[in-house]
Amino acid sequence: MNKRSHSIAFWAGVAVFLVAVLAMTQIVRNEYPFFAGYVILQFIALAVAWSILGGYAGYVNFGTNAFFGVGVYTAVSLFKATGAPLVVQIAVAGLIGMLLGFAVGLLTLRMRGIFFSIATIALAIIIETCVMNWRFVGGAAGIQLQRPPVMAPFDSYVKMLFFVQAVLAVIAVVISRYIQNSRIGRGLQALRDDELAAECTGVPTLKLKLVACMISGALISAAGAPAAMYLQYADPSSAFNLNYSVSALAMALIGGTAHWIGPVLGAILLGSTQQLLAVTISSEVNVLVLGIMLVLFVVGAPKGIIGLLRPRYRLRAGGKP
Amino acid sequence: MDLLLGAVVLGVLLGCFYAAVSVGLSVSFGLLDVPHVAHPAFLVLASYGVYQLNESYDIDPLLAGLIITPLFFLFGLLAYRVYYETFERRGSDAGVRGIAFFFGIAFIIEVLIIMQFGVDQRSVTATYIGKSWRFGEFRIPIRQLVAFAVALGLTVLLAVYLSKTFMGRAIRAVAQDEEALRLMGANPVRIKQFAFGIATAVLGIAGALLIIVAPVEPTLDRAYIGRTFCVVVMAGLGSISGTLIAAIILGVAESIVLTMFGASWAPAISFAMLLGVLAVRPQGLLGR
Repeated sequence: MNKRSHSIAFWAGVAVFLVAVLAMTQIVRNEYPFFAGYVILQFIALAVAWSILGGYAGYVNFGTNAFFGVGVYTAVSLFKATGAPLVVQIAVAGLIGMLLGFAVGLLTLRMRGIFFSIATIALAIIIETCVMNWRFVGGAAGIQLQRPPVMAPFDSYVKMLFFVQAVLAVIAVVISRYIQNSRIGRGLQALRDDELAAECTGVPTLKLKLVACMISGALISAAGAPAAMYLQYADPSSAFNLNYSVSALAMALIGGTAHWIGPVLGAILLGSTQQLLAVTISSEVNVLVLGIMLVLFVVGAPKGIIGLLRPRYRLRAGGKP
Repeated sequence: MDLLLGAVVLGVLLGCFYAAVSVGLSVSFGLLDVPHVAHPAFLVLASYGVYQLNESYDIDPLLAGLIITPLFFLFGLLAYRVYYETFERRGSDAGVRGIAFFFGIAFIIEVLIIMQFGVDQRSVTATYIGKSWRFGEFRIPIRQLVAFAVALGLTVLLAVYLSKTFMGRAIRAVAQDEEALRLMGANPVRIKQFAFGIATAVLGIAGALLIIVAPVEPTLDRAYIGRTFCVVVMAGLGSISGTLIAAIILGVAESIVLTMFGASWAPAISFAMLLGVLAVRPQGLLGR
């Protein structure tokens, strides 16, 4: 297929997906699929957003939980202070995530490899500690939230959140796909392969890293904003849980980071496995599965699921052969 | 004023303990460049090993730590072999995937501990746990003094080993110039593997100290990722004497914040210091 028909197929797929999601909220009566589906969609958004910096640029961000938690608490504080509607909460969370991404970028992007990763963990813990000492949003004990009345055409709040999260996941995918095919994506891949060489050939590496960090941060925070309403509860140790960081990274690496579809596949595979296990066995096993899959894929399939599929389907991958 | 002095004294004791839990990482990350984020997970695992020996056979925690040390040495040899074969030899992307790999390992260890021991805190019993010495105004728990003495001994021993013995010098040489060592007919991979074994073996004793100082829980390793990396980076990669100094600085800082501002601000101290060091002086206080 050429580029143009690729594009048409992609947008058609997006439209079909959103229509299907909307139809599902109208037809399906049982609420459970929406609870489970929400979590999977949330992970798709997180993994895709993580991959913009971690996959394309090779900067391993372990502070996904910081951006996620900032999204959660932006929504909580806005809701508590002004009763702002969900859309406003998400938009402001995205904006603050972007600002945080800019700050993180300025502070850390001259660091390479593990120093960058450790610095992002550090930021997450520092922000979490500040939220823990912030009385207005409940401090370490957390805060209970009452959901506002649901809007038409949805008949329950969870169905609405499910649809909203689907839209957020689609936005993340669209942005990630755009970046991959644009000059930004090629620049990021160049600096990922050899930062010094990229700098020497005129790629504005610092600017590109800042842009990637801001976009990735905005998307993660936006995806985190509805979480408080989903759980009707927020507390620092779950909003800033390190599991979000490792999940996002594991899903992206398991799916493969050379193409935007990789994180989506990884999130669907790992997310649905975890939902299944959480129901049938326990949440501890989730973390175990996460760890084992991460290790197995990193060791056995360094290019992830798309790396395994590519010989057969010849997925068009940007960057390395 | 007395309160502050007490905080400083306890901080120094705490700092030496931090040196003992970080000194292995100073070898594996500082000298060998392995992004070993599972180091604290191995530490907590060692504590649970000590707990098990103490609980079932009533063995003194320090002795128990000594008993599991050879086991951890073998564990370290194996872990490095796997790491070398999968990442270093292939070359590409070792950094990114290496970190992910060790995070995976840390998560697996956490869950295995939870499945075996549950999420409750565990502690050990020994004659020196629970008592304290009074020095006029303030009290010093004897468990802290024991941990301090053993930690200091352990760190000094490792520093002497790395600077005085043939193998220790070989390890430092391999960290500086692997290629030169290869040309001289030595096998750098063997030396690195041995060094990683030592770095892991130290955790046997360090794990005993961890559970002597305070009760442990399965996810305690997350708190120690910050502390250990803070110490190693602040020390300047691979500097063992720097490790001791950096650890004491961290211990005193934590202890003072704890006394002045309360426990809720303490978790962020090590990370804030780490960020400061990374931003201002990335080569560490005593950097190469």
